[in-house]
Amino acid sequence: MTQPILEMRGITKRFPGVVANDHVDLTLYPGEIHALLGENGAGKSTLMNVLTGIYAPNEGHIRFKGQPVDLKSPKSAVDLGIGMVHQHFKLIEPLTVAENVFLYSGRCKAMLNTRDMNQCIKECSENLNLKVDPNAKIWQLSVGEQQRVEIIKLLFCGAELMILDEPTAVLTPQETVELFKTLRKMADQGKSVLFITHKLYEVMTFADRITVLRNGRSVDHMLTKDTTRQKLTNLMVGRDVLKVVPERDTAKSTREVLRLENICAMCDKGVPALNGLSLTIYGGEILGIAGVAGNGQRELSEVIAGLRRVTGGKMFLNGKEVTNLSSRDSIKKGIAFVPEDRMGMGLVANLDMVDNAMLRDYDVPPINRKGILNKKEAIRRTESFVKAHDIKNAGIKKPVRLMSGGNLQKLLIAREIHGNPDVVVAAYPVHGLDIGATETIHKVLMEQRARGAAILLISEDLEELFELSDRVAALYEGEVMGIIPIEKVTEEMYTRVGSLMLGDREESAAKEQTGGMAEA
Amino acid sequence: MDWIVSVVAATIGYAAPVLYASLGEIISERAGVLNLGLEGVMLIGAVTGYITAVESGSLALAILATMLAGMLTGLVYAVLTVTLQTNQVVSGLALVTVGTGLSGFFGKPYTAVTGLEGFKNLAIPGLSQIPVLGPMLFKQNVMVYALYILVPLIYVFLYKTRPGLKLRALGENPGALDAAGMNVFGMRYLYVILGNAIVALGGAYFTLAYIPGWQDSITAGKGWIAAALVIFSSWNPAMATVGALIFGGVEVLGLRLQVLFPNIGIPTYFISMLPYVATVLVLILSTGSFRKHRKPGPAALGAFYDREAR
Repeated sequence: MTQPILEMRGITKRFPGVVANDHVDLTLYPGEIHALLGENGAGKSTLMNVLTGIYAPNEGHIRFKGQPVDLKSPKSAVDLGIGMVHQHFKLIEPLTVAENVFLYSGRCKAMLNTRDMNQCIKECSENLNLKVDPNAKIWQLSVGEQQRVEIIKLLFCGAELMILDEPTAVLTPQETVELFKTLRKMADQGKSVLFITHKLYEVMTFADRITVLRNGRSVDHMLTKDTTRQKLTNLMVGRDVLKVVPERDTAKSTREVLRLENICAMCDKGVPALNGLSLTIYGGEILGIAGVAGNGQRELSEVIAGLRRVTGGKMFLNGKEVTNLSSRDSIKKGIAFVPEDRMGMGLVANLDMVDNAMLRDYDVPPINRKGILNKKEAIRRTESFVKAHDIKNAGIKKPVRLMSGGNLQKLLIAREIHGNPDVVVAAYPVHGLDIGATETIHKVLMEQRARGAAILLISEDLEELFELSDRVAALYEGEVMGIIPIEKVTEEMYTRVGSLMLGDREESAAKEQTGGMAEA
Repeated sequence: MDWIVSVVAATIGYAAPVLYASLGEIISERAGVLNLGLEGVMLIGAVTGYITAVESGSLALAILATMLAGMLTGLVYAVLTVTLQTNQVVSGLALVTVGTGLSGFFGKPYTAVTGLEGFKNLAIPGLSQIPVLGPMLFKQNVMVYALYILVPLIYVFLYKTRPGLKLRALGENPGALDAAGMNVFGMRYLYVILGNAIVALGGAYFTLAYIPGWQDSITAGKGWIAAALVIFSSWNPAMATVGALIFGGVEVLGLRLQVLFPNIGIPTYFISMLPYVATVLVLILSTGSFRKHRKPGPAALGAFYDREAR
């Protein structure tokens, strides 16, 4: 075998209270696409931050092209030709594509010449099939385009080892295929590509070799052709993954809990987002909401949670009208809300777990004791959350911004379902979560269903919706296009829901069996 | 006509010190470091320039000393806000107090010293003969002429050069530059120090060019006006020039109106208030919440950068 381009040996990085990397090994060869696989919190990002000189490791050494190197700062990594596309892009929004690229490239002289810069970028992007307009400002671009800018940026910096942190998290399936085509082209030109992911499908389809991390340790590495999805799953999670979804009782509840009648509401821009939407959710069922993002899902969830005023229509809870509740009243009446933006809307990053855990009930006993906060009770409650849902943390008195996405979501959902609410609104509850956390969240939702709560589950993942929901409603431009009961999941159901999501009403959907899924 | 020419010429003179301070602050804020201490830096520049000029008799030396004093202040400010990561708002306010105090202390013996020549208005041969524009623009002092060069220079630097591009990026997303191996801390030091040198010149304008002499708090709040103009200008040196001229114009008109109508019956205090009121109004009109497309300014302004922060 050829000489490795990169060897990391025994890398250890400690943070206060956590060992993020514990003697991790990683070897990379030129011309390969290598997947770094692991659950959230397995230490993938920390390892990459060590490799790019952002974190200084506490132990271990790194060899690049056979030479020992000391990555003291990002500069030393860049100088060696190690480049990274971060999960949160490091682009400068008010600047143009060309300016962002040439900001870093030594290829340009002190004076900027827009025409030359644009020409260079055009050549490079045509070469590798990375379509992007060099004159566009970053904030005008889609996420997929921004990612292409990041890749072009690396190429112009002369990167030989390119790291991509969860590159597909923000891409559509089509964009994902395009991205890996480009990456393969670059690998064929002798560059090494390392991508971080927790999606098995991508690893099996696109990677040549795989390194698996678990709990901060590198547990195994292998060629893709020598392994299977099941083996990888077990390595990642460290145990056999059980199929989470229990058999569902088919007995349908007829107890109406929440009813929306002709609800109309505006989005933040003051444009109608919900146009006469009607829904009924029964106790003990999960109603899935399918739809392409931006068709009123956010507004629907906020209307129910009392965070958005309706401009028309009525809402009933257990038969009583509750239109335009305040958020406080909606909590009191037993409506739980797991928002899509879990850190912005659900939790307060700089508060600790205890404070976050009591945000929902801080003004009712026993947390509120005659106007004074009962911290003891709050701590006790937080500890019970941690125990019930196995929430990993660096201490319940530490700010929650230090926690990983999965653990944040567990804390959030634990808080929301505390007190057995009648209605649970969960918007994209497992978005960006790893297998383990997803499992827990789904289990919690099913438990709530068994308890008799009415659950509204919004998701972009049809597989998830079909697995959990009793019925799936498809949303299109703020209206319900049709509601499909889920008994047996068939290929035909995907097509039906897919065409509903594209705006074909249920009547016409039966006639037109177009490939709705592919376009959705 | 002559009246208009003289008003415009005077306007430029009044706009100059505010413009110096605005330009310096634009450079600093583009780097992501907010410095509300402009008033203090200007006072330090004013007193340093005056003392040096009086003691050495050399205006060139006075300008040099002013800039050095500004750079020293900038260095201290950079240590505080970039390295020690103190809160920039509080540090800026502290700088005002320090500047006022220091300048008052060192300037005290010079309060009564008069007779310094200062920068005189110089007519530029040829250019000053242009009808109307000539006497408006080219019968000014050297410190005004320096601005004729400095404004386009900073503009071209910011928008047409690679270091300028880096500077614009620095205030938006220092993490991006750091990840690409650039020296965020070094660049911030550089631009804070450079910016403060220019701000200090704005102060020296009062003691060396406007009416040579020293008195306590001679800058009379112009540093605050400059800080406001930076926002008005959307961190663009060309727009800052426009803003400074509006401010200067209102100030001159106020003074001229007092001369024209001595018995108008409005206390002079109210007339002196005009430029400040005008600044607030312009600020509301240009950046108020009802404006749809207002620019928010450098995204990382006022936030310190810490690489290992999680």
